[in-house]
Amino acid sequence: MHGERIRVRGLVQGVGFRPTVWRLARECGLIGDVCNDGEGVLIRARPAADIDPAAIERLCERLRTECPPLARIDAIERQPLTEPIPHSDFRIRDSQITQARTAIVADAATCPDCVREIGDPKDRRHRYAFTNCTHCGPRLSIVRGIPYDRSRTSMSVFPMCPACRAEYGDPANRRFHAQPNACPDCGPRLWLVDTQGREIDTGATGDLDAIAAASRLLHEGRILAIKGIGGFHLACDATNAEAVAELRRRKRRYAKPFALMARDLEVIERYCTVDTEAARILTTAAAPVLLLNGIEPDPGSERALADAIAPGQTSLGFMLPYSPLHHLLLEDWDRPLVMTSGNLSEEPQCIDNQDAVARLSPLADFALLHDRAILNRVDDSVVRVMAGAPRMIRRARGYAPSPIGLPPGFETAPAVLALGGELKSTFCLLRQGEAILSQHLGDLEDARTAREYERTLDLYLDLFQHRAQILAVDRHPNYRSTLIGRDRATRWQIPMVDVQHHHAHLASTLADNAWPLHGPPILGIILDGLGYGDDGTFWGGEFLIGDYRDARRAGHLKPVAMPGGTQAILEPWRNLFAQLECAGGLDAMRRRHPDLTTLDALAAQPLGVLRTMLERGINAPLSSSAGRLFDAVAAALGICGERILYEGQAAIELESLAARCLADTESGYPFQTSEGPTGIQLDAASMWPALFQDLSQGVEIARISARFHRGFAAAVVELALEIARRHQIATIALSGGVFQNRVLLESVSKDLSDAGIQVLLQRQVPSNDGGLALGQACIAAARAIRP
Amino acid sequence: MSHGSGGRATAQLIAEVFQAALDNDLLAQGNDQALFSPPPGRLVMSTDGHVISPLFFPGGDIGCLSVHGTINDVAMAGARPLYLSAGFIIEEGFPLDDLVRIVQSMGEAAQSAGVPIVTGDTKVVERGKGDGVFITTTGIGVVPDGIQISGDLARPGDAILVSGSIGDHGVAILSKRENLGFATEIHSDTAALHDLVAAMVGSVPEIHCLRDPTRGGLATTLNELAFQSGVGMQIRETCIPIKSEVSAACELLGLDPLYVANEGKLIAICPADHAERLLATMRAHPLGSESAIIGAVVEDDLHFVQMETGFGGSRIVDWLAGEQLPRIC
Ligand SMILES: [Fe+3]
Ligand SMILES: [Mg+2]
Ligand SMILES: [Zn+2]
Ligand SMILES: [Zn+2]
Repeated sequence: MHGERIRVRGLVQGVGFRPTVWRLARECGLIGDVCNDGEGVLIRARPAADIDPAAIERLCERLRTECPPLARIDAIERQPLTEPIPHSDFRIRDSQITQARTAIVADAATCPDCVREIGDPKDRRHRYAFTNCTHCGPRLSIVRGIPYDRSRTSMSVFPMCPACRAEYGDPANRRFHAQPNACPDCGPRLWLVDTQGREIDTGATGDLDAIAAASRLLHEGRILAIKGIGGFHLACDATNAEAVAELRRRKRRYAKPFALMARDLEVIERYCTVDTEAARILTTAAAPVLLLNGIEPDPGSERALADAIAPGQTSLGFMLPYSPLHHLLLEDWDRPLVMTSGNLSEEPQCIDNQDAVARLSPLADFALLHDRAILNRVDDSVVRVMAGAPRMIRRARGYAPSPIGLPPGFETAPAVLALGGELKSTFCLLRQGEAILSQHLGDLEDARTAREYERTLDLYLDLFQHRAQILAVDRHPNYRSTLIGRDRATRWQIPMVDVQHHHAHLASTLADNAWPLHGPPILGIILDGLGYGDDGTFWGGEFLIGDYRDARRAGHLKPVAMPGGTQAILEPWRNLFAQLECAGGLDAMRRRHPDLTTLDALAAQPLGVLRTMLERGINAPLSSSAGRLFDAVAAALGICGERILYEGQAAIELESLAARCLADTESGYPFQTSEGPTGIQLDAASMWPALFQDLSQGVEIARISARFHRGFAAAVVELALEIARRHQIATIALSGGVFQNRVLLESVSKDLSDAGIQVLLQRQVPSNDGGLALGQACIAAARAIRP
Repeated sequence: MSHGSGGRATAQLIAEVFQAALDNDLLAQGNDQALFSPPPGRLVMSTDGHVISPLFFPGGDIGCLSVHGTINDVAMAGARPLYLSAGFIIEEGFPLDDLVRIVQSMGEAAQSAGVPIVTGDTKVVERGKGDGVFITTTGIGVVPDGIQISGDLARPGDAILVSGSIGDHGVAILSKRENLGFATEIHSDTAALHDLVAAMVGSVPEIHCLRDPTRGGLATTLNELAFQSGVGMQIRETCIPIKSEVSAACELLGLDPLYVANEGKLIAICPADHAERLLATMRAHPLGSESAIIGAVVEDDLHFVQMETGFGGSRIVDWLAGEQLPRIC
């Protein structure tokens, strides 16, 4: 009887796929073997003598329905088997790795079986904080090289005990080839230290163990540093206003919201609306921080969150426990914990014990440490449901480095390395139909982050055996990623492509939506902070017509100066001043509204110097940025006009306000368009008189913000439809950091859809600069592939 | 001033303006060269073209600046400057009064520095082919025995010192040129540093590097030194001296004072165990009274100059090719 050769493609390595094949094949009565190779998993199978010939069909069916939780099958290809099978049972063969492709997967939240074990007093892993199996546990965060096995992870220093070794070697066991497999007898341990790094004897304190002691300290209102999967958290009781305020003060993070962790969905539901989609996202193996709509708390409730958790915002970021340590720590918590990254504001978080004690001791009262080294920093991912689907805000733990399948046409792509942006840096390795996007690495102006970026880059190049033939960078000459690219391109003697920032955003959206390489040009509305434009000015409110290869400007926001350059990004009032100077002047506006205190406050700024800067073009670069327009509006409403405390704060708070009375706000402020030399210009000048009119009549600022959002969205849609009509385009992509504004994203995408347009939104990768690298890589690849 | 061809008009001009202001024996000989015997030791030579707008600014003018600039470049080898030469390119129609002021300022600067301008040249170009006046100065000096100072000698562990507040010159020039009208007038720090250097090498002959952070400011100069020496640098924001009015002006303009030019400051790098002595020597000198140790040389393959910020972060102080462009998206 003849057998078949079954090729399974997708995310099938390092996720317990072979033992699943082994178990199912035996259950289906098949003879043969299964192994990993460079293309995925290869199965050779034939039915045992007395078994019906449809057994192979059944195996393939069951593989799809009983696919292990972390695996993803992209394709099952079947061919007749030409050679005989040299044995009479079904076996797992050693890996035939010629070229590693998909062997490193993302870190995964503790699976239900492991959760049950740590809660079971009779289980040998009862209360063991490093319990994991093939379906869960750390991966990217502990790997140092390939092939992925224990000796090339930070588990290499923990030789398995006989019991663990037996599990590891047994295909029928959930821990078959689970590289980080461990138990209390042989695995990592936890301990609690004070600020001096001295271990505290938790037995002597009357606690069950270090986790119980840590939980008790948190109940007492202390701040703890907690070593987790991909980094350290700083934790405190989220309902303890004093502790939260103290944490803000110590961390010097004065306004940016804190992420929260709750024991289960029930706890979260007390603070936020959790629909079925939200519940699904929270409980996935990626276990991201999900931004949820907060609900008004019962006044005086003792479980109310501290006000300082998310100042000026209506949403809260929640996640569920994703490691055994978290499950054990939160066991007796019916309220959330703050779980914010273990760092000073704007620095990368700590991953090393010694470093943590040194850097975190001014921040935390105690630290819960363990001896499983974190080799790669992987921050918590952040997701938000917008326009009906989960959308990535920050892509890191649980998602990276899972490959992103590329659209048709990219199968023959050369190896491209794209280095991303500056502030929300990621990089991307692309080849033959797939792209590996790194986890969020952060602000490259920070020296520690910049070093870590290069180190992580080298690790990925090794893990994925990637040898770039083309480098892609942003066109901004001073981005550190651009400098790194220039350096590497010279060293490797390969060509470097510099990609316009907003074209990269556009291409990222195309790839995210499986838009074919040779698909027709579309219109991209890229509403962004700032990116280096083709003409050397700064762009950020762009209507681009293009495809993967090229894009050109069809329209844009009217450029307005940013007096003081970077300083204008930090101080929204500068943008308000510049906007008003383009809309009849601040002085005229003050004459019309002598009663307005925001205008008085603006007039009290040192405007003489700023006027000269505008007139003479001294460090006052022109920019068509949408982000700066939002800043200006925020400043007009008295929202963080003086200075923002974190990136995007003004726009985020403005959105929160708008959301409150969007439903009953019909009319928006007027915008105007005019034909310009570089496309149709969208001009905000006409909006300001209406806005200040409302303000002086005492209209509440939430209403004004809603009218601004309505007006801006309507103007964007109108201009987009006009451009689409002129160029006979039926598809429009929305991207750029400003589209993380839900109010804006949902109204623009709905209005475009209602007008019969196919709308493409980002989903797997962020629409902010965290998604740039994917776009850059696709552009460089597309230009290299012959049409 | 008329555009001439080396005729009587120019000769007269040179005689009247230059001889009077720059008066010294070698120049008075009226030759096309200055003849002198080299003193014992190693000679250093440096040249610098000075192009600046405005020509007159609070704290100085192009004249004294062109003297100080070259004296400083010579002195940064640890040398004692001996002589200067000066070449002028003057635009036709340039006011004679201004020229007189500039040349007198040069004369005074050279006189008080004790470094005579011993030879020179003057050309007048057609209107529109120059920008008022350009001055190129060349200097020659002698390095004392036992002194070995060079940009490639910074070693991990060395201390980094700066001789005073940074950013004064660039902000003074910008605010004068653009008529920015800051509340407090900011003066250029232009000064000749060779006397300070003489005191420094006298007290700490082990100094490894000296450099004046002119164009590109402290940040660019530190990056040059880090690159030349193949090391990294770690500096501390709170230790860098900066005048409050300069800091306020920079904040308003959105400029980073680390990248703003200085004309009377130097950076010194020396072994850590000599740093305190060097600091004391510098502070005892009128041009170094606000000196500070701002950081240390470290080992770093990436040659980063990184700064611990006031908030405890660690920012890369990059090497900027062009302007300071915003990078935040
Ligand atoms: Fe961007
Ligand atoms: Mg020079
Ligand atoms: Zn598990
Ligand atoms: Zn064990």
